Amino acid sequence: MKLSQIVIIFFSLLFMQSNENLIAAGGETYKNLKPGFSFEGPFGKFDRESLKRGYKVYSEVCSSCHGMKQLSYRNLSQKGGPEFSVERVKEIAADYFIIDGADEYGDPVERSRVPSDRFQAPFDNKDAAKASNNGAYPPDLSLIVKARSDGANYIYSLLSGYEEPMPDSLNIDDSLSYNPWFPGAAIAMTQPLYDEMVEYEDGTEATIKQMSYDVSNFLSWAAEPTMEERKSLGLIVMGFLIIFLFLMFFSVRRLFKDVH
Amino acid sequence: MNHDYEYTPSNGFTKWLDKRLPLMRFADENMLSFPTPKNLNYFWTFGFILTLSLVTQIITGIVLAMHYTPHVLMAFDSIEHIMRDVNYGWLIRYIHANGASMFFLAVFIHMFRSLYYGSYKEPREILWILGVVIFLLMIITAFMGYVLVWGQMSFWGATVITNLVATIPVVGESILTLLLGGFSVDNPTLNRFFSLHYLLPFVIFGVVILHIWALHVTGNNNPTGISVKDSNDTISFHPYYTVKDLFAYIVFLLMFSYFIFYNPNILGHPDNYIEADAMVTPAHIVPEWYLLPFYAILRAVPDKLMGVLLMFGSIAVLFFLPWLDTMKVRSARYRPVYKIFYFTFLISCLLLGYLGGQAPEGIYLFLSRVCTIYYFAFFLVVMPLLSRYEKPSAMPIGISNPAIDTSIEIDEVDGDLVPSANT
Ligand code: HEC
Ligand code: HEM
Repeated sequence: MKLSQIVIIFFSLLFMQSNENLIAAGGETYKNLKPGFSFEGPFGKFDRESLKRGYKVYSEVCSSCHGMKQLSYRNLSQKGGPEFSVERVKEIAADYFIIDGADEYGDPVERSRVPSDRFQAPFDNKDAAKASNNGAYPPDLSLIVKARSDGANYIYSLLSGYEEPMPDSLNIDDSLSYNPWFPGAAIAMTQPLYDEMVEYEDGTEATIKQMSYDVSNFLSWAAEPTMEERKSLGLIVMGFLIIFLFLMFFSVRRLFKDVH
Repeated sequence: MNHDYEYTPSNGFTKWLDKRLPLMRFADENMLSFPTPKNLNYFWTFGFILTLSLVTQIITGIVLAMHYTPHVLMAFDSIEHIMRDVNYGWLIRYIHANGASMFFLAVFIHMFRSLYYGSYKEPREILWILGVVIFLLMIITAFMGYVLVWGQMSFWGATVITNLVATIPVVGESILTLLLGGFSVDNPTLNRFFSLHYLLPFVIFGVVILHIWALHVTGNNNPTGISVKDSNDTISFHPYYTVKDLFAYIVFLLMFSYFIFYNPNILGHPDNYIEADAMVTPAHIVPEWYLLPFYAILRAVPDKLMGVLLMFGSIAVLFFLPWLDTMKVRSARYRPVYKIFYFTFLISCLLLGYLGGQAPEGIYLFLSRVCTIYYFAFFLVVMPLLSRYEKPSAMPIGISNPAIDTSIEIDEVDGDLVPSANT
């Protein structure tokens, strides 16, 4: 057997396994929708306008329940992200408050946030978050795209999937909503998005699908703000390796020509 | 071995040095002029690839350790800090995480190569045993490294695997407490795993030196399995194999780079991007892919202690390989029957890897059992029997002489078929 064959068999087994996990995740769950994201593929980049809209959806809708503790406001102006202007980010940050140290009497001091501060969390701790959500914990969204298999497509499907009619045979608790993309199909998050819920600055129509798409885009960036840097460095590394490969290939050929 | 050649210091300084510390002579004899069989194929490039993989893991690991915080409240976030805020931190971490997978991929190919060409046989028993020691240390190191991330799979994987120790009769519980630094996986566990994860690669490095030393005493095996007879059979390591190994390494790097730059998380589990939570058990607890075959063996038996014994046994049995397979013909090329069992074994191991990722029930459990039985039968039954009864096919006289050896005779002493030229 050739090395290449072994490698191919090996990796096909590997991928079989990861797909299997997906199906095993829930009984009656649907296959993820694939709206098509601009960041997919080896040359993919984020759609900046969509990221900006996605941030709007997050900050106006999701942020009332979900934190994003790995992100700072300054990330919003960073290269490879939504690339808001530095001025704009200062304004965004200034809308939030933080308790920062104590004054001369030892009383806590509150100030507005600056770009180097982390995103403000909706709840002080996990218990407070659960108490406000019927005992369910709304997970931090910083890494949610990496923490689910096929993350971006899954979140898009989940958010836009509340309208699906519930099969009569299903009996779910009143505090839960039916969503066939969620493992088990009964989710503690009520439908978060409705048409025209936010007003996009660029005039894009805020349909459920559009908002789901934009926020999935935004969360994908948030899970890995260095993705564009990674792919562009990868291109250089691959290019270099391929040139090196040819040089070495001919060197080996030449060297072993007289070895019999 | 090549005896026509000897290192001669070329200038005043190297002559002076050669009398005091023959460093250059050592480098020359072991790295440059080292006589190497001329017929090695690409399966022989993995030793070089593995050495560089170890160096890569150590260098990237040291850099990660500069930014990592081994504390349960900070470990997960410190890794995100590496990914987001440290310059090229994402690169270092993706190299280290995918590097571990590539390391295992290379070591598996390296081991299956040895198994195919009989490289563990006389006179390379010690070389092989040192290899198995390295493999065992790699498993322990990688397991502990995975825990450092402090994600859900880190935590629950650590819980499941360390709990196996408790199945050992009488002393199990005490050893477990010592290992964990308490009664469950917690901060003391993370601290000692970090400490050991930093230490073990250097231990591996030491064993690798012994491994290469042993290699340089016996010389390389080769695809025919026939011993090297004279300098016609060999070429110098440099430039021939330095260049060929480097070429293979570039191919390897291309695949490695694909994972680092274009699919860095595919080999990991999404759950490990969720911070460890002792109150939430993941739906499926699975180890990293390279440990799945062992995990499948562990779960193939209903009895926990038995499972643990079999899992360790599956590696322990490798130590005895040189004495289980006593067939003098080394290479599977000339062993038609062994070849069939060998490829069945290869497929069965891949299947075990697949089964390790499935829930242990129904057909999966059944297949795990079949493969586990075959795993042990291959070493403990097939090998000794074939050593006795298999009739090797026609072999060439030597590496440089493709003419068929007609002088194959039956060794009266142990019934082996021994080509007389291969002694
Ligand atoms: C009213 C509070 C609330 C709002 C607003 C909200 N969520 Fe949730 N979300 C929750 C809760 C509670 C859960 C936990 C659900 C569960 O575990 O059943 C959750 C879970 C999730 C999950 C995880 C699903 C999984 O696979 O575990 C995602 C992703 C998510 N929300 C995204 C969003 C996005 C994006 C928005 C904004 C468009 C949003 N949520 C708005 C309360 C909310
Ligand atoms: C035999 C060589 C080594 C192997 C097989 C190995 C394997 C691993 C693995 C599998 C992980 C988890 C990666 C992830 O999922 O993110 C890891 C993490 C880590 N390793 Fe290693 N490692 C090796 C050497 C080293 C060395 C020498 C050091 C330090 C001196 C080191 C430091 C770290 C640190 C700090 C982490 C946590 C950060 C991270 O997850 O990226 N490693 N290692």
